Amino acid sequence: MLLIYCPYCEEYREEEEFRPKGEAHIARPQNPEETPDEVWGDYLFFRKNPRGVHHEQWLHAAGCRKYFNVTRHTVSYEILETYKAGQHPASDRAPGVGTGGAK
Amino acid sequence: MSDAAVFDVNPAASVASESPLAACRPRVATLANAEGAGVVVRERAFLGHLILRGNAADEAFVAGVEQALGLPLPTKACGLSLAAEGTSSIQWLSPDEWLIIVPGGAEFATELRLRECLGGHFAVVNVSGGQTVLELSGTGVREVLMKSTPYDVHPASFPVGRGVGTVFAKSAALVRRVGEERWELVIRRSFADYLYRWLLDAAEEFGVHIAD
Repeated sequence: MLLIYCPYCEEYREEEEFRPKGEAHIARPQNPEETPDEVWGDYLFFRKNPRGVHHEQWLHAAGCRKYFNVTRHTVSYEILETYKAGQHPASDRAPGVGTGGAK
Repeated sequence: MSDAAVFDVNPAASVASESPLAACRPRVATLANAEGAGVVVRERAFLGHLILRGNAADEAFVAGVEQALGLPLPTKACGLSLAAEGTSSIQWLSPDEWLIIVPGGAEFATELRLRECLGGHFAVVNVSGGQTVLELSGTGVREVLMKSTPYDVHPASFPVGRGVGTVFAKSAALVRRVGEERWELVIRRSFADYLYRWLLDAAEEFGVHIAD
């Protein structure tokens, strides 16, 4: 069992309370009308499936029912950090620039 | 003051009300009285449940709720504000969502009062018919909870005045600690029968009494 830190409930909770919701930080193309089919198809259907560090969305289904992001290693299952929806992972941030809240 | 159309959904005496547990007959050996029982189970049916949503960072919202209910709005995660007389409470559910429980019949007046005291962007929804409260008390309650939920119910992690939403017996419940040996479960109507049976089964070994 994993203990996952919910950034909204501010504590570690049992894995059973959460649902994985797939890849995080997928940006919708700004202008769908002018987006080529291939790009739109990638946006809709194609997901990364990395062997290694991956940013994912998770839902705290039995707790606060909020979506948040998890940076997880897909081989070791190690969770490197969790951070609120709308924030960026600490590894992508310049020092002292981020919105904080990531653990 | 909001101009939303509101109406009282409590049928009061005009329609007979049934608790979600009305048809549930316990199939475990229960004790006739509370003396010697490790766990006392009591359903607190027909209470008024309201879901409040709003912005906890807005000082006017927080002050308005306190003015309307006379209870501080818990803005910290898993907080639970209890009225001294134990009749009403506000529980933190998520950063912008709270559960208000008031005595049965008082929910519409409470909703109107909230609408009077709050402005801007907020929501109040009466969910009284969708859930019920089970009160558990006694020395065996913590053991029963430990059998039912992965959440740590040790006093060090679960002091009085804390309430969490968590997995409970493969379903979900809000678990609240309202006294040293008094806990409350807020359960969904559709799971009430199952969870009630689970609880009685889990509590049987400690001696369980069902109080009115």
